[in-house]
Amino acid sequence: MPKYLEFRLPDVGEGLTEADIVDWKVAVGDRVTVNQALVEIETAKSLVELPSPHAGVISKVLVEAGATVEVGTPIVVIDTDPDGAPEDDGGSPAVASGSGGAADGAASADDETSGDVLVGYGTKHAAASRRPRRAAEPAPAGGPAAQPAPPAPATQPAPAAPAAAPPSPPAPATAPTSTGTVDGQAAAPSSTILAKPPVRKLAKDLGIELNRVPGTGPGGIITRGDVEAAAQRSEPERLVSYPGDDRPWLDGGVVSADGRQTRVPVRSVRARTAEAMVASAFTAPHVTVFQTVDVTKTMKLVARLKEDRDFSDTRVTPLLIAAKALILAIRRHPTISAAWDDATQEIVYKHYINLGIAASTPRGLVVPNIKDAHRMSLHELAVALGDLTATARAGKTTPAAMTDGTVTITNVGVFGIDTGTPILNPGESAILAFGAITQRPWVHHGKIKPRWVTQLALSMDHRLIDGELGSRVLADTARTLADPAQGLVWG
Amino acid sequence: MIQSDTHGETPHVGTQDDDLIQLLTVTGERVHQQTYSPLVEHLDRAALEGLYRDMVLVRRFDTEATALQRHGELGLWPQCLGQEAAQIGSGRALAAQDHVFPSYREHGVGWTRGLDLRKVLHQFRGEDHGGWDPAEHNFSLYTLVIGSHALHATGYAMGVQRDGDVGTGDPDRDRAVVAYFGDGATSQGDVSEAMVFAAVNDAPVVFFCQNNQWAISEPTERQSRVPLYRRGSGFGIPGVRVDGNDVLACYAVTQEALERARSGGGPTFIEAVTYRMGAHTTSDDPTRYRSRAEEDHWRTRDPIDRLKLHLVAEGTTPEFFTALDEEAEEFGAQIRDYCRSIPKAAPSRIFEHVYAAEHSLVEAERSWFNDYEAGFATEGAQR
Repeated sequence: MPKYLEFRLPDVGEGLTEADIVDWKVAVGDRVTVNQALVEIETAKSLVELPSPHAGVISKVLVEAGATVEVGTPIVVIDTDPDGAPEDDGGSPAVASGSGGAADGAASADDETSGDVLVGYGTKHAAASRRPRRAAEPAPAGGPAAQPAPPAPATQPAPAAPAAAPPSPPAPATAPTSTGTVDGQAAAPSSTILAKPPVRKLAKDLGIELNRVPGTGPGGIITRGDVEAAAQRSEPERLVSYPGDDRPWLDGGVVSADGRQTRVPVRSVRARTAEAMVASAFTAPHVTVFQTVDVTKTMKLVARLKEDRDFSDTRVTPLLIAAKALILAIRRHPTISAAWDDATQEIVYKHYINLGIAASTPRGLVVPNIKDAHRMSLHELAVALGDLTATARAGKTTPAAMTDGTVTITNVGVFGIDTGTPILNPGESAILAFGAITQRPWVHHGKIKPRWVTQLALSMDHRLIDGELGSRVLADTARTLADPAQGLVWG
Repeated sequence: MIQSDTHGETPHVGTQDDDLIQLLTVTGERVHQQTYSPLVEHLDRAALEGLYRDMVLVRRFDTEATALQRHGELGLWPQCLGQEAAQIGSGRALAAQDHVFPSYREHGVGWTRGLDLRKVLHQFRGEDHGGWDPAEHNFSLYTLVIGSHALHATGYAMGVQRDGDVGTGDPDRDRAVVAYFGDGATSQGDVSEAMVFAAVNDAPVVFFCQNNQWAISEPTERQSRVPLYRRGSGFGIPGVRVDGNDVLACYAVTQEALERARSGGGPTFIEAVTYRMGAHTTSDDPTRYRSRAEEDHWRTRDPIDRLKLHLVAEGTTPEFFTALDEEAEEFGAQIRDYCRSIPKAAPSRIFEHVYAAEHSLVEAERSWFNDYEAGFATEGAQR
C-alpha cells in the first residue's frame, strides 16, 4: 500500500517565517533516499539544501520553484512504500489511513514527531497534525486506551468513538492529510485551544472565552486579532449610525424600519437579573432604613492599612471596612441572616454569613458571594473581595459563587450616588447600599468641620425582619464605620 | 613578535609553522617529535583504528543531526564537522576521573566520555535544558554562553585541589579538569579571569582551545595579534600549539598537559589549530564571509582522511572501512529514529535541578506556574 508522507518547510534558521523555493533537485516519480537533497531554498539567512526525511518516491511537488512559502507549509509528498499493493479504497487517495493498525501508527508517528519538534517555529505543522488527535481524547473520558483506531477510512476522527481515543495512532486525518491540508483548508474545530500565552493572557484580561473564538492563524491558532475582534463583538457600547436617525445608537439587535428603535432579545445575565428582581420585589415586602454617618476614622484606617505590610498584597478600600462592619453587626443580631421558605412556611436561620457583593461587569450585574465571610480575618476578607471582583470583571464568576448568599452589599457609592433603596437578592433577607463618601460640613466636637460622610441604606424582607431588627443592624454597622475601634469591642 | 596578517587565500597554518606540533602529516606520514612522539608510541594499529572509528561515527552523528535540523526535527544544530581529531584526540587522552567542561560543539569529546550522543539531541530539539547527568561521565552540560565555563572549570579544578586529588602520585586518584572553548571565547573576559585564577592557584586545569579560525563570522586574526597559544604566557601558563586535525598530536599534547595538571604542575593552554568545515550553526551561512578557496584548502587537510591514509599504509584492510561505513549508516538511522521519538517534556521541567536541595522560592514559582498551566486546561474544558 503506498504510504504518503508530507514534508513541510522547516524553519532552518531559528525564527524564520518563510523561505523562497530556489530549485527542485527532484521531480515527481524520482526515487529518493534519506537525506538526499530534495530542494534548495533561500531564507533571510542563507541558501540551504533540504535533505529528504524519508526514503521513497516523490509523489507530488506542491510548490513551484520561485515561490515564497511559509514555514510549515507542505512542499512535497513522498510515497514511502511505493512498492506496496495498490490501495483498495477509492476514497481520499492520498491519505495513509487505509492501512490501519500498526503500520499506519508508525506512519503517523513519524509525521507527528515531525510536528512536535521545533522550539516554536514548527508549531504550525504540529498544530495541523495534532489537532485531530486531541479532539478525540476528551470525549470518552475512558482513559488513553492504546488500542489502535478502527481502520476507518474517514478523514475525521469520530468524535465520540468510545475508548478508541488512541494517543499515538490517530489513523486518519493526521499524517499526510491529503489535499485537504495541502489546500490550506482549516482543520476541524477541536477542543484543544491553540493560542500563545500573551494571547491567552489578553483573552483572560478581556473576559473572552477562547473556546468561543475561531482561530484564523496558521493551523487554527487564535491570534491577538481574533481575540480583539471577539472582544469587540461582545462589547455592547459600540455605536453606529442608522438611516433615518440623526444620532448613533448601539450596534446590534433588530432596528425598526424607521431606524428609531432597536429591539434586543433578553438573554443571559439581563434575563436572570430581571427574573430575580421581579421575584424579589413582588414576593418580599421591602422596607428600607437610612443612616448618614461620619466615616472619617474609617478613611484614616483605610489609609493606614494601605501602608501596612500585611496588606501589601491586596487592595484596601472603604468597602472592606463596610463589609467588616456589616458582618460584626450581623453577629450581634444573627437573626437577620435568615430566609423565608414559602413552601414549608418556615424561616431558615443561617448560622453563617455568605456575603454577597453586587458587581457591575461588562456582561451585566452579578452577585457572587464570599463564603463564610464571618470566619475571615480582615486580611482574608480583603483578599476574598479582590478575588471576587477580579473574577466578576473577567466574566468568570461561577454559578456556585452566586448561590446561597445570606446578605449583600451594593456599593452604589462608586457611581457617586448618595444611596438608594436596594432590592433584595432573592433568598436573602437584607441588603446594604453603601453610598458615596464625600466631604461635607459636619458637627464634630461641637464645631462644624469638613468630615468624610456617607449614607447607608438597608433594605430588608419585612415578612421576617421587623424594622427594629433592621434598624439595629444598620445602626451597628454605622457605628463601626464611624469608629472602627468599636470593632475591637464587638469583634 | 606580532604575527603578520594573512587575510585571504593563504591560510596561516601549515607545515611551515615551526611552532605547530604535528605527529601525522596531511598525507598520513608519521613525524618524529622529540617530546610528543613517545607519548603515542603505545598506540598500536588497533588503537589507531579505534580513533578512526571514533571520528567516523562522530562525524556520522554530526551530519545526521544537521540533516535532522533540515528535516525540521531540531531547532538548531552546531556542527563539529572538521574538528573531530581535536576532540577525539584530546578526549581519548582523558582518564575516567578527569572532568570536562565543554562548550556546545564538543560532540566528539562527549563520545569519548561514554556519553550516549543521542541525549545531546534533546536540548537542540527544545525538549530538555541539558540532557544528561554530568556526574555520570564527568562531562558537564553544554555551555552556550561563550567562555563562561572556563571559570567553572577553574573553580572545579581548585575544588579538586582542595580535595587533595592532585599530586598524590596515585594514577587512579589524581584528577585534571579540561575546559573546551573556541577561538572566539578567548576574547571573553571570563576566559582571561579563569586563566588568572588558574595560574596563581596552580589549578589542575587544561584550557583546550579549538581554534577553528572563525568566531561565527569573525576571523581569528581580527581577535588576536599573537597566536592564541601565546595568550597563556602573560598569565604564567605554558602554551602549546598543536595541529588540531592531527588526532595523534592532539592526543599527545593533551596527555602531557593532563599529566602536568594531575601532578600539581598547574594549568596549560592548548591551541588546537583546526577548521570548522561546516557552518557555525544551522542558522549560519559561511559563504557570506569566507571564500571557497579557503574551504577547499582545509578540505585537503581533513582529519579523517589523514588518518585513513596512514591506516591504509599500515595495512588496515578494506573490510575494516566497509564494515565501519555500514556501522556508521546504521548509527545514523538510529539517531534519526531516536530523535523523532523524543517525547515532549512538560514545561514545568524548567524548575527541576535549579538547586540541589528543595528551595522555597522555586517551589512557589513552580506551584504558581502549574496553576497557571492548569488554568488553560479548564478554560478549554469549560463547555
